[in-house]
Amino acid sequence: MENPVIDLQGLTKCYGPLRAVDNLNLAIGKGEIFGLLGPNGAGKTTAILMMLGLTEPTSGKAMVCGMNATTNPIPVKRKVGYMPDSVGFYDNMSAIENLVYTGKLNGIQATEANKRATELMNAIGLGDAMHKKTSVFSRGMKQRLGLAEVLIKRPEVIILDEPTLGIDPAGVREFLALIRQLSCEQGLTVLLSSHHLHQVQQVCDRFGIFAAGKMQLEGNLETLSKNLFAEDPYSVNIILRNQFPEPWEHAAELLSIHGARKLDIHENVATIACSSDITPDIVRFFVTKGLDVTGVHQKEFGLDEIYQKYFDNN
Amino acid sequence: MKSLGILYKGILTRDRGAETASGPFEVMVAKEVADQIRSWRFIVLLALIVLTFLGSLYVSLGNIKNAVTIEQDPDGTFVYLKLLTITDGSMPPFHVFLNFLGPLLGIALGFDAINSEQSNGTLIRLMAQPVYRDNLILAKFVSALIIISHLFIALALLMIGAGLIITGANMEPIEVLRIFSFIFISIIYVGFWLSLSIVFSIGFKQTATSAIAGVGVWLFFTVFYPIVVNMAMKMFIPEQAMLTQPDAIKYNDMILNLLRLAPSQLFSDATTTLLMPSVRSLGPMSMEQMAGAIPSPLPFKESLMVVWPQVSGLLAATLFCFACSYYLFMRREIRS
Repeated sequence: MENPVIDLQGLTKCYGPLRAVDNLNLAIGKGEIFGLLGPNGAGKTTAILMMLGLTEPTSGKAMVCGMNATTNPIPVKRKVGYMPDSVGFYDNMSAIENLVYTGKLNGIQATEANKRATELMNAIGLGDAMHKKTSVFSRGMKQRLGLAEVLIKRPEVIILDEPTLGIDPAGVREFLALIRQLSCEQGLTVLLSSHHLHQVQQVCDRFGIFAAGKMQLEGNLETLSKNLFAEDPYSVNIILRNQFPEPWEHAAELLSIHGARKLDIHENVATIACSSDITPDIVRFFVTKGLDVTGVHQKEFGLDEIYQKYFDNN
Repeated sequence: MKSLGILYKGILTRDRGAETASGPFEVMVAKEVADQIRSWRFIVLLALIVLTFLGSLYVSLGNIKNAVTIEQDPDGTFVYLKLLTITDGSMPPFHVFLNFLGPLLGIALGFDAINSEQSNGTLIRLMAQPVYRDNLILAKFVSALIIISHLFIALALLMIGAGLIITGANMEPIEVLRIFSFIFISIIYVGFWLSLSIVFSIGFKQTATSAIAGVGVWLFFTVFYPIVVNMAMKMFIPEQAMLTQPDAIKYNDMILNLLRLAPSQLFSDATTTLLMPSVRSLGPMSMEQMAGAIPSPLPFKESLMVVWPQVSGLLAATLFCFACSYYLFMRREIRS
């Protein structure tokens, strides 16, 4: 990848004998949305902290926007918006005062900061609560405010640690749509860590499965499923009106179709694992045998399956 | 989140033409000062300080007539210094009160400087902004010092004003100098306790722990330390009757120097010398030294020379605590 926005080279962080992040290499290009997935305690947050210079790596380098985040964190922080997993605000200040304060810390003039904060507050749907103290905010409201806070400095890169925690489903949808839009139209680079696999799946271009301090797998959905389900990357479910007879006389003939690997029959559903996409051949086979096909379902491997398969294997 | 979709256009247009003059440090100081002033604890402390000030001023105004008419008193001409120091015994003078209340003020303003931000989850958000870390502790320190300075200077000016109206006496320039150096030393003294409590607020995760640690150090130095020093010295000072004069002076000096390890002792040494111009030494003086001395007030410069070690000691202790807070905070990992 040429000129990656986030470039981690052999990043390692040890806490005593524990290697929280172990030789992490990662390159994220401009405009990309990268999803960092992993179980609790995998070292995701530690990796993110090192990208912002909030903790020092034991060895390795974290380059963000071409700058070393450890030795030169201020210009990095000017370009990166970071939302921690538990956002906190000054309870004695109102929501908009909190936003304006962040804006001013980024060198934005008071009037401009006020204007941007008002726009953002309306946009995240907290326009009515603008002058309320943040101590009365619910977790989801704080999370939204956290997003506004990230955006007020108009960053080039945003790093979101568990961003959808505590937001209602409609909010999550809009939140993810916004991230997608920002990335597409403004070339914003996004790194988000999450446990919610299907949410991440909707929005990310690439994923990394991060466990025990190491990047175990990396790539887009297609390559990941190809790697993990190398033997039979495709799977077709054929649903009949009636139950299959036991044993089924055509089983051997079906498996003789080029590409078909494995057949599982359960009541009226036949699951055929195959090495290439031979769905039309299979359907034709069932039709010529005079069976009443009521449904054909080509199974796609989602992140859930990939994640599960990965941790099953290890 | 209704209109999030229409927003992004405004968000990312890079019109950063309007850069501001005020850097992040000024912004932080302004915010911290506002926070402190609006907080209840500051209002309570303010009430406490103002009440003791008014009380001691009332007592000294009631006795000012007697105090300035004593002929033998070389300080009798300094009406305004008298206002700050005389008392009829019903209430200690203001500078003694301050010796006691100053630490409380400093600890109260600083004990939760960093750890409350950490437990609220605002510290990590703040550190993710383009702000130097040292700016944060410096802002906390400077904002509290600004408030304390304003408070003390306002009180001093009020005192001078009240004195002018009530006594109508002329004010010597030397008095102004002495009063303002007293204020300056008070600010340093509170600054020491402030920086100590900021160190505790960085070192301890819980605000309650850091508050108790601060109050503990304060109580130790004001209550227990003199007792401990006296007890320890009793063990190896021989019987009073057996002491020769040089020995007595030596032991006395030793006790005083040990006591001066306590910041409150430094403060009381410094303030007494500055507010009472006739004080010419803080230790015992022999008859030979006293012989030929005219009982007159010392010039300001000489008083300052007497307390110079005390002032440097206070400044050094303040800077030491502040350096510790830098050391602890600069390379620490910040997690929410």
